[in-house]
Amino acid sequence: MSVNFGSKRIVVGAHYGLRDWLAQRVTAALIALLTALILVQIIFTSGEIGYDKWASIFSSQWMKALTFATIIALIYHVWVGMRDIWMDYVKPTGTRLLLQIFTIVWLLACAGWAIQVLWRL
Amino acid sequence: MSELRNNKPEFRNINAFVDLPTYRLPPAGWVSILHRVSGAFMFLLLPFIIWLFDTSVSSEISFYKFVSAFNIGIGFIPGFIIKLISLGLIWAFLHHLIAGLRHLYMDATHSVTKEFGRSSALFVLFLSIGLTLVLGAKLFGLY
Repeated sequence: MSVNFGSKRIVVGAHYGLRDWLAQRVTAALIALLTALILVQIIFTSGEIGYDKWASIFSSQWMKALTFATIIALIYHVWVGMRDIWMDYVKPTGTRLLLQIFTIVWLLACAGWAIQVLWRL
Repeated sequence: MSELRNNKPEFRNINAFVDLPTYRLPPAGWVSILHRVSGAFMFLLLPFIIWLFDTSVSSEISFYKFVSAFNIGIGFIPGFIIKLISLGLIWAFLHHLIAGLRHLYMDATHSVTKEFGRSSALFVLFLSIGLTLVLGAKLFGLY
C-alpha cells in the first residue's frame, strides 16, 4: 500500500477521495435533466419547429438560468473526463501538462461563447 | 480456483497480429471504451456544437444559415458532410447519455453482478445504435 498522506504522499494529479467522482455524477444528472427538458418541449410542440418555436425554448428566464448552470456543469464534467483520459494514456509529464492546459483553455473559450449566445437571446 | 484459472487463455507478450484479432472485448468493455471515445469526440467538436446552437437560436437569418448548412453546405464543406458529422455527434451523445445512466443506476442500486453488467451493456449498445439509425434516417430524409 503506497502512502497517500503527509510528505511521502504520491502526487498523481487527481484529487483523492470522493469529490471528482461525485461531481462527475451530479453534473451528469444536471446535463441529463436539461436534455430531458428540451426534448419534452420539442415533443409537445405542435406543428413544424421553425426559428420562433426553437428560440423560444431558450428565451424564458428560468430556462436561461438553468442552461447557464448546465453549461458550467458541462465544462466541469468534460474537464474531469478529459483529465482522466490524459492521465491514463499520456505518461510524459510535460506533454500531459500541455494537453491539460489546452483542455482548460478550449473549455473556457467554448463556455464563454455558449454563455454569450445564451445571454443575447 | 486454480483449476478455473488454468482453463482460461493467458495473454503474455501480446503479439498485435496474432492475439489482438482473436481477442474479444465483452459487451461491458465495449460500452466502457466507447464511453471514452464518444466523450473525447464531443470534446473535440465542442466548437461545432456551440456553432450549431449559435446559428440556430441567434436570429431568423442565422437560422436559415443553420438550415442551409445541412441542405446545401457551408463554405467549402458540402451538406452531407455536416449531416455525417452531426450523425456522429447524435451517436456520441446517445451512447454517452445511456451509458452514463447505466452508471448512475448501478451506483444507486448496487447492481454489480456479472449478469447485469452484460445484459445492461447489451441494452446500452442496442438502444444507442437503434436510436442513432432512427434519427439518422430522419436526418438524411428517408422518412
